[in-house]
Amino acid sequence: MTDTSTRPETAGTASSSTPLLEIKGLKIGFKTQAGYVDAVRGVDLTIRQGESLAIVGESGSGKSTTATSIIDLLPGTGEVTGGQILFEGKDLTKVSASEMQAIRGRDIGYVPQDPMSNLNPVWSIGFQVEEAIRANGVATGKQAVRQRAVDVLKEAGLNDAGDRLKQFPHQFSGGMRQRVLIGIGLSSRPKLLIADEPTSALDVTVQRRILDHLETLTRDYGTSVLFITHDLGLAAERAEKLVVMYKGRVVESGPSQEILANPQHPYTQRLVAAAPSLASQRIQSSIAPTHSHGLAISDEGADDAELIARARQREEAGKKDSEYISVTNLSKVYKIRQGGFKTTDLRAVDDVSFSIPRGTTMALVGESGSGKSTVAKLVLQLESITSGTVSVDGQSVGALKGRDLFDFRRRVQPVFQDPYGSLDPMYSVGNTIAEPLVTHGIGDRSSRQARVRELLDQVSLPASTVNRYPNELSGGQRQRIAVARALALKPDVIVLDEAVSALDVLVQGQILDLLTDLQTELGLTYLFITHDLAVVRLIADNVSVMQKGRVVEAGTTDDIFANPAQQYTRELLEAIPGANFEFGR
Amino acid sequence: MPSNDSSALSADHFVADLDETPVKAVDAIDESEKPRSSWNDAWDAMKRRPTFWIAAFLIVVVIVVALFPGLFTSVSPTAADLPRSNEGPSAGHLLGFTFQGTDVFARIVWGTRASLTVGLIATIIVTVVGIVIGSLAGFYGGWLDAVVSRIGDIFFAIPTVLGAIVLMSILPTRTPLTVALVLSVFAWPQIARVMRGSVLSARAADYVTASAALGVSRFRILVRHVVPNAITPVIVVATVSLGTFIVAEATLSFLGIGLPPSTMSWGNDINAARNSLRVAPMPLFWPAAALSVTVLSFLLMGDVVRDALDPKARARR
Repeated sequence: MTDTSTRPETAGTASSSTPLLEIKGLKIGFKTQAGYVDAVRGVDLTIRQGESLAIVGESGSGKSTTATSIIDLLPGTGEVTGGQILFEGKDLTKVSASEMQAIRGRDIGYVPQDPMSNLNPVWSIGFQVEEAIRANGVATGKQAVRQRAVDVLKEAGLNDAGDRLKQFPHQFSGGMRQRVLIGIGLSSRPKLLIADEPTSALDVTVQRRILDHLETLTRDYGTSVLFITHDLGLAAERAEKLVVMYKGRVVESGPSQEILANPQHPYTQRLVAAAPSLASQRIQSSIAPTHSHGLAISDEGADDAELIARARQREEAGKKDSEYISVTNLSKVYKIRQGGFKTTDLRAVDDVSFSIPRGTTMALVGESGSGKSTVAKLVLQLESITSGTVSVDGQSVGALKGRDLFDFRRRVQPVFQDPYGSLDPMYSVGNTIAEPLVTHGIGDRSSRQARVRELLDQVSLPASTVNRYPNELSGGQRQRIAVARALALKPDVIVLDEAVSALDVLVQGQILDLLTDLQTELGLTYLFITHDLAVVRLIADNVSVMQKGRVVEAGTTDDIFANPAQQYTRELLEAIPGANFEFGR
Repeated sequence: MPSNDSSALSADHFVADLDETPVKAVDAIDESEKPRSSWNDAWDAMKRRPTFWIAAFLIVVVIVVALFPGLFTSVSPTAADLPRSNEGPSAGHLLGFTFQGTDVFARIVWGTRASLTVGLIATIIVTVVGIVIGSLAGFYGGWLDAVVSRIGDIFFAIPTVLGAIVLMSILPTRTPLTVALVLSVFAWPQIARVMRGSVLSARAADYVTASAALGVSRFRILVRHVVPNAITPVIVVATVSLGTFIVAEATLSFLGIGLPPSTMSWGNDINAARNSLRVAPMPLFWPAAALSVTVLSFLLMGDVVRDALDPKARARR
């Protein structure tokens, strides 16, 4: 896929020895009230004609800042404070605003990250494509521009392009919008295309199709591509060369395959080790299980009757344990107002059944809109069940009211996806973790404080975190606080709704380790909702795949990954970036 | 500069010098930093701006004048020296005399209290009523929201001054308190609307869902989580509206239906000076200037507060 030989030789004006883009010692600072803050501290990279290069790094590494500085679109107070950006030998840090305007779009295309916010909702798609064509002088005259716009959308893979021109962004899905943006980015046949996290906001299966499409187009046109991504697997799969950035510096760069197989810098080694791929196994806890349910057969003095009685007990306990959480024919119907007094039914969850044995993790996998988060809300009793039952430890939760529901809340706790939204910004960390204890009237002031410190320790945060506020903490640290809050009431079940999806890969690995350790230590049962199959492999014992509100496939993690029965499951598996890549470990 | 063990690597495989790029622990907390809430941050952002100090200074001066007018002038504001009617400044009479021959400066100083009282009382009433009604409507929604919003719309449709003129003309007594109450009747829907919108977005936050999953009651969630997070836009609007209430009081007094002429207020003074505007503009100018500076300082303060509480506005600086 990244084989250079398949690329047609482009009759470039530049000889093969001068690189298309060469960045030398680039430094970028952001002006703040406290002075300059360096975001990029000396970056060198080179892209040749027709080559694809990916900058990989965690958030805050300076990868996007580097990319946007090339076309002078640095956000806010950002400024290039040193170094050169040579594009075909011309230093882009020195050109005038009008020269840059001519280069931007015409010579260097740009595909932004979020397709949802990068098309103007009040203008038709056609208008926006034509605007780009006119701005870059690709075609002139009403007819020619219109024709070119149709061509661009056709190339973007939208079949009925003529009709589509009149439509507005909200009538397009996320994937289609990103196709349009790619089409706009490539409309003037730029020599370089900058793709800043082009598919991060999209579902995995869509992600794969978009990237395939982008690759075909750029190969056909001989366009060089600069990818910006946090996903090492994706980078290795889509680019010939990798540049790994860490805290504003390049720590390692070179051919993708070589870097993955033989990472040299400790940071790269860490990244490679943390990259979830199909080769990974379930994380094993570093803690030995504290209690075993084993009963020695050779117990002396145990007569037959006693043995039989014990065996029966164990069997019953086993049955109760193997269906600790049991979901049967669960459905949830939302009434959608259609205008006027008419409503239509939306079956968000449709006849879903599964069970989770005690102390294990079940992953509920699916794309956005598959109904997986609704199932989580139903299990948590944050939404009412339309039909079917959810029972936890033999207790049906749908009918719970008042005091019983209040007590049920102690046993089942959630952790949500967005680490920036799930903690009240006005509450200190200590108050956030103490809230469940206060609500349920557990302990007095000092014993609560002790428990908060204990919980912080459990999620590996220093006790001094108590007085901090969420805005001072990183996403991973916030997620630890959310886990601590969920653990405060000593629950049996934790529902993790995309709990690691928003985190950088290293932090994600850390949180998954933490969750595994806590499970072993406290005997927790997890319902793990995610769209990311690579993560499932790391944490889940069992998997249920959801599509359009229904469970289409269920089984143990090993089975599903080894022999996916459904086409949909196979698509999801194939969509994991870097799945077929050799990772050096 | 490639490191030493790169002999086996291909030519363009670059590895940074380890000493130059030390790898830190993943996601460690910097314990040396002082903990800070978002209020701390807002305060830090505010105190760095000169505008804040200017506005704060003016507001403090106005408040002190209102509380202790005797400290600023020893001249009686009601001692009429008719022969000196509309006379210019002289020793001991900094801003000259009114038509009635009273000291302009003394009247401004003594009139501060009435103007500020109306502004403060009206702001407090409007803010409290607006927050309560707005948050209940926004949080519980449904019929409560529908009814409250429509009632608010009805009041919203009546121009404040027009409505106040009608109400004031049927009221038996006219004191700073009644003026403030009348202004509040027509001004609360603005705050209620702002609060409602703000509550609507705050109640959708994940921390609200998380609290609900903990078993925290709906009302407690509203009071402990939603209101504190939704209140910042209201603070901004309230600061600004304090200025507009002072203007509204002056308008009503100017029209002769605000405070009775016996009460000293800037609006009354402006009204009294109107008759001799052509021969003596200064007795009208000075109370108007006092009014403008006071209102401006509250508007500036509102501006600074908004910038400080809105992190996006802060980032742009």
